[in-house]
Amino acid sequence: MADPATVRAASSLLDLVGSTPLVELTRLSPKPSVRVYAKLEAQNPTGSIKDRVAKAMIEAAEAAGELEPGRMLLEPTSGNTGISLALVAKLRGYSLTCVMPANVTEERRRLLRLYGAEIVDSPAEEGSNGAVRLALELAERDPSYFMPFQYGNEANPHAHYEGTGAEIASALDRVDVFVAGLGTGGTLMGAGERLRESFPDLVVAAAEPIPGDAVMGLRSLDEGYVPPILDVSKLDRKLLVSNEESVAGVRLLLEREAIFGGVSSGAVIHVTLRLAEELEEGVVVCVLADGGWKYLSADFWESDDVERAMERSVWW
Amino acid sequence: MARVRIPPTLRNEVGGARELEAHGATVGEVIDDLVERHPALRAQLFQNGGLGSFVNVYLGGEDVRMRDGLETPVDEGATIILLPAMAGG
Repeated sequence: MADPATVRAASSLLDLVGSTPLVELTRLSPKPSVRVYAKLEAQNPTGSIKDRVAKAMIEAAEAAGELEPGRMLLEPTSGNTGISLALVAKLRGYSLTCVMPANVTEERRRLLRLYGAEIVDSPAEEGSNGAVRLALELAERDPSYFMPFQYGNEANPHAHYEGTGAEIASALDRVDVFVAGLGTGGTLMGAGERLRESFPDLVVAAAEPIPGDAVMGLRSLDEGYVPPILDVSKLDRKLLVSNEESVAGVRLLLEREAIFGGVSSGAVIHVTLRLAEELEEGVVVCVLADGGWKYLSADFWESDDVERAMERSVWW
Repeated sequence: MARVRIPPTLRNEVGGARELEAHGATVGEVIDDLVERHPALRAQLFQNGGLGSFVNVYLGGEDVRMRDGLETPVDEGATIILLPAMAGG
């Protein structure tokens, strides 16, 4: 138990972003000579790692004089970044509109509405790429919007350099493999860079989802999207994870370690265990970006055909 | 021979198939074999003589850019997955 003497009152919820717990996963480690640790990002105020990014992007814009109270924020998101921005917007006096694929889980939509955010649906079949496209169009059409734009905002990887990565580097004497989910690339780029400074032989590994056919309805590969902040050459491994493997990872994490992670956390655990198996000895650190709460309404928990139950929705 | 999974975005170019078989000792040779039989794929997959930045090619579940790119050796019966680059967050 934490020493009660170290507990201090925070002056704002925003002061509680980051400094998340790092826990060893002794029951999941494939061999005693390989130690596996998880960074529990669900412990952030809105329950995901995106609190770090939202706070950093808004603070950077305020510091640069680009934002004044009352301004309207606009952001493309599959959910978590929107929810984190909704928290920051509420406390700092901005309104928020999120452009989100129409097929995200209901929890995300409801939570955003409860925070007072507006939601603009982007076409379900275009996945998150469609949300990016539509938000860029809306921002172009209406200059009164301020778009933090997590995919191209350097404050995103910087938050992980200064926060996520630095926290892990300060907690451990050795890290051989760092695993995180690939969405914007912010965690992998920022925390990866910081950890490589402390551990030069580090392997930075991305866990990447295989989207269902129903959310890959792009007309051509030209509609693919690589976030400007993502430099793929800085990754050492980039591994695909099916929805079924992700859910198996979520269940394993819950059964063995009693950690209730979200879908991307399941994918990250899948890759973490694969890479831990490849090591003779060493330390693997993974980032569990959110908890499972925002996915409870989904059909896959009781489905015999997980892939089918998940193919029509955007999960990351 | 390798199996190549075709994403919905490219199925028009291959007559609607979700998966095709193709021959080659490397990822590049397998894709060349596919493109020879389905020439419409070329413009989608390649830019400036290399793989387009918006297409990801996976062998054994790993992005071939992390291995030897188009030179990555392909074992008999391997599965190659083609996907458009998709964002998240």
